[in-house]
Amino acid sequence: MAALPEAEKLCEQLARELRAVVKPSTAMVGIHSGGAWVAERLHAALALKIPLGLLDPAFYRDDYAKQGLARDPKRSKIPFDVEGKDLLLVDDVLYTGRTVRAAMNELFDYGRPASIALVVLAERDGRQLPVCAQHAGAKVAVPAGQRLRLKRDAQGRLSLELEHGA
Amino acid sequence: MARNPQLNGNGELQHLLSIEGLPREILLKILDTAESFAGVTERDIKKVPLLRGKSVFNLFFEGSTRTRTTFEIAAKRLSADVINLNVAVSSTAKGESLLDTVANLSAMQADIFVVRHGSSGAPYLVARHVKPHEHVINAGDGRHAHPTQGLLDLYTIRHYKKEFGGLTVAIVGDVLHSRVARSLIHGLTTLGVPEVRVIGPQTLIPAGAAALGVRVFHSMREGLKGADVVVMLRLQNERMSGALLPSAQEFNKHYGLSADKLALAKPDAIVMHPGPMNRGVEIDSSVADGPHSVILPQVTFGISVRMAVMSMIAGA
Repeated sequence: MAALPEAEKLCEQLARELRAVVKPSTAMVGIHSGGAWVAERLHAALALKIPLGLLDPAFYRDDYAKQGLARDPKRSKIPFDVEGKDLLLVDDVLYTGRTVRAAMNELFDYGRPASIALVVLAERDGRQLPVCAQHAGAKVAVPAGQRLRLKRDAQGRLSLELEHGA
Repeated sequence: MARNPQLNGNGELQHLLSIEGLPREILLKILDTAESFAGVTERDIKKVPLLRGKSVFNLFFEGSTRTRTTFEIAAKRLSADVINLNVAVSSTAKGESLLDTVANLSAMQADIFVVRHGSSGAPYLVARHVKPHEHVINAGDGRHAHPTQGLLDLYTIRHYKKEFGGLTVAIVGDVLHSRVARSLIHGLTTLGVPEVRVIGPQTLIPAGAAALGVRVFHSMREGLKGADVVVMLRLQNERMSGALLPSAQEFNKHYGLSADKLALAKPDAIVMHPGPMNRGVEIDSSVADGPHSVILPQVTFGISVRMAVMSMIAGA
């Protein structure tokens, strides 16, 4: 099996790619918790003027009826007016697309953005909704029965790992 | 040992009947979840779609404005449908039993029953008879418990004091009749508050108070010394029978919270009251409206706490 791409390098690569699309109206929102870690890196690398927003779409998920409330929902903090902004929505791994749908629904309860582009560190097969990333660091093949997760160690270094469990 | 009627087989919250018997992890999860909902209540659109399609029945066999209203707001902010029943003046007055009322509402496809009742234990009775997908929240039963009030008190204390360890909390007044005090005491001891005090005249302190893990004081000046948190209780005239007190004026003189008595607590002490307040009886206006008072923030926090409880039980 091919080695997993290095998360730190993917962050640098995404930052280079995004530099070309940043406008004065560009604002960034990271999805808890992996997406927030990536967004912190990108936000700093791009030196965006508008402060970083963090989102936990736990209250918008479509699996509440099946699984109940997420274990540890975090407080969403969007410290800017969403109205009219060009949003870069950042997550760690794009898989089914359900988290992104929930996050977009939540964002619209803050206002009407001019646009939303999805930025992910890695994407994998398994989409269940018509969602695609405008900026993806890498495409990763994930064996059946495993999941791709972003980890952050004590020094704050990011790495992608495969875990058992769908 | 009998299974805790509030938890399901997976140890998740199924009903909220009492803080007593709830593990520390569940209490903390409710407070953490409420903290996330506080973010929702600060937005322009104060609504999330979590309980869309669910029905919440507010079943109040006893009067209430604040509690009923905040449950209603909480349910609506979760996108649930809310039905308010003033049962005291309808079915019950016509002779229908509590369980028949509940069975009828269940036939109308209820998901959550919010029950307030003058008899201790009534919400337990309801919880024993509802269907597996139906959930019960105790909104105050007799002198027994008022768990969502206790939880919002805990939330308020954590909001202002950050940690529970190291705190001295003084609960003052009519402890005997207070379901609020009972719920709060269980919560404080479960979360590791080292010093919980109750202060009041002998006639208004329950005989077994010390067994709850609290220190009993009959002098305000002794009991308030060094307190971080002062919780004033309402003098419950409607629950008193017999001569427990000489008069409201006499009570105010000894146990009413005035600015000079409050000066004995820590300089950054917070003052709480579950409402409704009897100004000039258990609390002076100068304190109720003063810089130490967090009585109105308590009401706001109550909405997020009730959103957290409803979303946790309905998803269990």
